[in-house]
Amino acid sequence: MATIELHQVEKKFGEVYAVRPIDLTMHDGEFVVLLGPSGCGKTTTLRMIAGLETVTSGTILLNGQDVTQQRARDRDIAMVFQFFALYPHMTVRQNIAFPLQAQGESRETIDRRVSEVVRLLEIEPLLNLRPKSLSGGDRQRVALARALVRRPTAFLMDEPLGALDAEFRETMRAEIKRLHLAQNATTVYVTHDQVEAMAMGDRIVVMSQGEIQQVGTPAEVYYDPANLFVARFIGSPGMNLLTGRYAAGVVSLPGENRYQVPAHWQAALDKQIGEGEVILGFRPEATLVGGSGQLAAEVYTDDLHGSYTMLHLAFNGDDQIIHARAGRSQIYPIGTPIRFDLDQEMVRFFDPKTEMALKPEVARG
Amino acid sequence: MIRTKVRDASDKQPAISRYRSRHVLSDAALKRLFLWPTLALLISINIFPLFYSLYLSFTTYSAIANQPPVWVGLQNYRDILNDSQLWIYFRNTGRFVLLTVSLQTIIGFGLALLLREKFRASGVITTLILIPMMLSPVVVGLFWKLIFDPSYGIFNYLLGYPAGRGPEWLASKELALWAVVIVDVWMWSPFVMLLCLAGLSAIPDYLYEAAEIDRASSLYQFWRITLPQVAPLLLIAVLFRTIEAFKTFDLVMGLTGGGPGDATELVAVNLYRLAFLGQWNTGKASALAYIVLVIIIAVSNIYIKYLNRIKEG
Repeated sequence: MATIELHQVEKKFGEVYAVRPIDLTMHDGEFVVLLGPSGCGKTTTLRMIAGLETVTSGTILLNGQDVTQQRARDRDIAMVFQFFALYPHMTVRQNIAFPLQAQGESRETIDRRVSEVVRLLEIEPLLNLRPKSLSGGDRQRVALARALVRRPTAFLMDEPLGALDAEFRETMRAEIKRLHLAQNATTVYVTHDQVEAMAMGDRIVVMSQGEIQQVGTPAEVYYDPANLFVARFIGSPGMNLLTGRYAAGVVSLPGENRYQVPAHWQAALDKQIGEGEVILGFRPEATLVGGSGQLAAEVYTDDLHGSYTMLHLAFNGDDQIIHARAGRSQIYPIGTPIRFDLDQEMVRFFDPKTEMALKPEVARG
Repeated sequence: MIRTKVRDASDKQPAISRYRSRHVLSDAALKRLFLWPTLALLISINIFPLFYSLYLSFTTYSAIANQPPVWVGLQNYRDILNDSQLWIYFRNTGRFVLLTVSLQTIIGFGLALLLREKFRASGVITTLILIPMMLSPVVVGLFWKLIFDPSYGIFNYLLGYPAGRGPEWLASKELALWAVVIVDVWMWSPFVMLLCLAGLSAIPDYLYEAAEIDRASSLYQFWRITLPQVAPLLLIAVLFRTIEAFKTFDLVMGLTGGGPGDATELVAVNLYRLAFLGQWNTGKASALAYIVLVIIIAVSNIYIKYLNRIKEG
């Protein structure tokens, strides 16, 4: 199908960068998610790939061919818009047939392709309705059908689930994923919802303030965030980040806590930090709440999440709250002193000055 | 940048019932206060004249004769429909309406397409184009009479004729109706433009983006998106202009007075002549007015039916 390559692509509105120069390659058949908070440049990037937004500088290659200066209509890329962008004066059938009619396809071809895609998305009963009378989910199905019917080389999706109700979102997410598996077309998907990104992406591109923060598989982005932004942004809640002082294998944390750094991290920390400030990061599920952990805190509040309890813990003499996952059977009254340990495999360290993640010297484990 | 599109307005404004208690007048009283004066006005200046003139159209009556109307049944209508002279006026009117409305539509829509994209001074230009619409038709008639003047008028000069050698627009039997059409088009194309401009600017950008993604050419986008999207407002403009053109009277009076011969004698002009100039034949004039009214209502209904079909798709 298609490979999309961005080389030093940037977009400025006046003097303001919407997207700082980025390099990115989407491989054939890959599902790439652009993830970031609003205003981070992910939609602008997508629109530049589509050809709806001109590029300030840099080149965009589609299957190795330079399409930077080409109009959207010459790029053979389909796009699904956040608010569907269906043609309101046409029926569902006319909407889906539009891209084929615009190409001057024969009537038989159009009929055949439309009925194929309509069967795939199970929207036969809607064919003679107008977008106005459709539910949000059905509108999105029609928008998908309109994109699919053309058999484009690549799909772009701009928060396609953003305008849907929460209950529909799960269903549509599954449908889009299944469609992608069936079609195996290169897909670039924009969202601000990290759960969606984790669930759907082969690779996630985390963006912030017009820059790529990290590119990686969902697992990489989740377990090995490249910097503090990714650590905070991915996960709900994000990674716990505690600033402490490192010296000789021990991190001094707030509340008189001293954390013995795992063996495989010591060499790296000695070399990269030596003696000084370091940020200790760990996911809520990396905490092992139990009788005799090496860290002490007290319960700030707790909330039951059905299958587990999320504990919010405060260190003595510090106003930072950390989040810890604990079994649902235990009850933790407010103010209870608690001891916990950290899963050695899930501990990460960040340099407070560069905000970048530190790498362990030797292979873990 | 990221465009923010307004979602369907599912969340209504909170009720403002807490302000209710402050009303000095009750809702019902307020309703009556607004309703009765309007009704009184409507009845006295619209509804009563409408029915009174319907009655007069079945009588012989002159508004200045100081004699009561005499019932003659359908005689007035019979006279009008058998009057071959009046059929000429109807034909003039038909030609005039067809020419002026189609030209106004084409020119007005064309101007709207040109002014749709914002450019330097486009606001000022739009305002300037709208000026003819704001002028009094009688004034327009008078100064176009000067413009059309064969010996010193600027119109022939602009067409490239040497002074005094160009066609006599207002005195020629073939050209006079065209002269009226030209002035009417000059005056009312801006109106069509204004409505089309409103229609065009209401078309959301994302439809064109979607069409661009769907690989539609510019021409295809125009036929499948622009035209159907503006159609409702365009049709309303055409409807208004058709009704107005049927009733054209002031421009003709200012320009030609119906002449030469009866080349520009439109029905409305003749109606005025019948009712007020010399004849004061109020009964027959009422009957003619009713015939015009029925024609206009019929034409409007055809348009409105078509309009509704477009709106539903």
